[in-house]
Amino acid sequence: MEQQGLDLMDQALGFHSNKAQQQPWPLSGRFVLVEDCVDTSGAFVLHHILKRSFTSHPSSAVIFLAFANPINHYDRVLRKLGCNLASQRDTGRFFFLDMLMLQCPVEGEPNHDGLAAVFEKIERVISELSPENKKFVTVIIDDISCLELAANGSSNDAIDFLHYCYTLTSENDYALVALNHRDIYSDGERSTFKLEIEYLADILVKVDPLATGLAKDVHGQVMVLNKETQKQHGISSIKVHNFHFKIKENNTEYFYAGSRT
Amino acid sequence: MAESVCRSLRDGALEGELAPTLTIKDSLASPFGFNVFSHILVQLSSQIVAGKSQSQGIMIVALSRSPSSYIDLLKTSGVDVESSKKWIHILDCYTDPLGWKDKRRKSGDITDPSNQILSSYKTVKDVNKLFSVICDLGRGLVGESKSRFCVAIDSLSELLRHSSVQSVASLLSNLRSHEQISCIFGLLHSDLHEERAVAVVEYTSSMVASVDPFHHSVDGQGSYLGNSSRQNLTKGKFNVRCKRRNGRVRVTCEEFRVEPSGISFAPVSSVDGAAVAVAGLIPKVQFNLQLSEKERVDRSRVVLPFEHQGNGKPIQIYDGRRSLEDSKNEATPISGGKKEDSGRGEIIYYRDSDDEMLDSDEDPDDDLDI
Repeated sequence: MEQQGLDLMDQALGFHSNKAQQQPWPLSGRFVLVEDCVDTSGAFVLHHILKRSFTSHPSSAVIFLAFANPINHYDRVLRKLGCNLASQRDTGRFFFLDMLMLQCPVEGEPNHDGLAAVFEKIERVISELSPENKKFVTVIIDDISCLELAANGSSNDAIDFLHYCYTLTSENDYALVALNHRDIYSDGERSTFKLEIEYLADILVKVDPLATGLAKDVHGQVMVLNKETQKQHGISSIKVHNFHFKIKENNTEYFYAGSRT
Repeated sequence: MAESVCRSLRDGALEGELAPTLTIKDSLASPFGFNVFSHILVQLSSQIVAGKSQSQGIMIVALSRSPSSYIDLLKTSGVDVESSKKWIHILDCYTDPLGWKDKRRKSGDITDPSNQILSSYKTVKDVNKLFSVICDLGRGLVGESKSRFCVAIDSLSELLRHSSVQSVASLLSNLRSHEQISCIFGLLHSDLHEERAVAVVEYTSSMVASVDPFHHSVDGQGSYLGNSSRQNLTKGKFNVRCKRRNGRVRVTCEEFRVEPSGISFAPVSSVDGAAVAVAGLIPKVQFNLQLSEKERVDRSRVVLPFEHQGNGKPIQIYDGRRSLEDSKNEATPISGGKKEDSGRGEIIYYRDSDDEMLDSDEDPDDDLDI
């Protein structure tokens, strides 16, 4: 395992600094929902988790469903963070499912097979994984709003798809990470979609702009709600972490509010 | 009271009456509804196994949690799931509710003969079929005789998402009327549905248990865990409304606390005291909204203008410019000319300016000596 200090984001997500306590992949069996808004993009959290999933355990694999950007975009971003997606793909640890051109069949056609076919694709990729890479699989969806667009705006179909991806976490102990743009669903009728997904999430990462406005040294604030769930009984406790962040060229810095002069 | 709710479910239905139905209602402001659901499930299951309840079996319709998690829940709570006498069946609507998985195999709803406890259900949008499957499996569980079973639906919200309010309401009504069903309980996330849908489910239930945050957020919005106050993270209020057979409604309130071992209930702490319901509504502000005893007495002594004091004295209309005693001694009417006709409460008003003839050339202010 790579020796590196854990930053505030890692600690909030459940990575422990004590190696004895740390599970190989703390996000196993959990659904991490990242919510951002127009003013502050939360994509950096996805990049952080993507990089972490490769560095944390040698036998982890990532299935990336890209509805928002092509692979070149992620390649460039991750290269700046010190991660080579091409080589991960070659070693069978990174699977990029390009969903940019996906357009599901319109309602009225025989079946809503669109997203069901996507899920079947994911199942096929998982079944073709080598046994050692199958242990700690992370499915990343970027992003849910574009997923809904691909489903012709059918939020029900989008939630069904997320439910099926969620069953992967409970049945196989995989991790699921998804990004959602909160402000699209801020008004009355549409807010149910956002709430449905928040109910599903085990870890909620909310990215907001600073309440005081734009700043040069602080790009925004993060609140991480980590539900400690005894899956049988329900939520046993909820840990809340609040901190600020600054996105730099080759990494993102996380620090407590007020600790920057 | 959580205990009385469990007792009602345990006692079940009287002959010829509808089965008692509990709806557990929560929201993201206090998302502990499932903790309550699991608590009741464990309590009822232990009573079924011990033979202390009317129902002899339980059907769990699993929509939002995997069946294995229920089996783990019951095992860790010390309930014997694998006893020789079959008492539990789980209808798996979670793993593949729409039949997307294993399309190559094209398997329909199956009951795995090797697994006595589990059946999978892959057409969750068909609520009518769901009703008949529940009845058939339940009958298979307890037999054809007068034995009864109870039904636990872990997410009424999922059902409402997949089908219409009318279908879900008729499902609940049909289940309640079934002669072999002893009781029903289900979980509903109230912030996911229109008020109308929530109201419909509440009307079809005989008991509604609301899981509410300990402190409501000041802005009143249903934000995640209210304002994330420390107490909202592990505690909350458990409000139960029961409809009795005679039509009376009983409302109770308790506090709950969530712990790794489960959920615990306690009477409302004495700090909140008698004004429990009101206290939650009064906003937390810097100034005092309550009255002290002295203030209350003083307030009752204030003479309100235009109000009959009812003490037999002539009515004195207090015009605010002098104390009540002074106005009693006043003999002549003051300028502006109000006269009170005591005893009848009539006001006769003489305008000073009525005496003068109107002259358009004169400026009425000429005689002012300033």
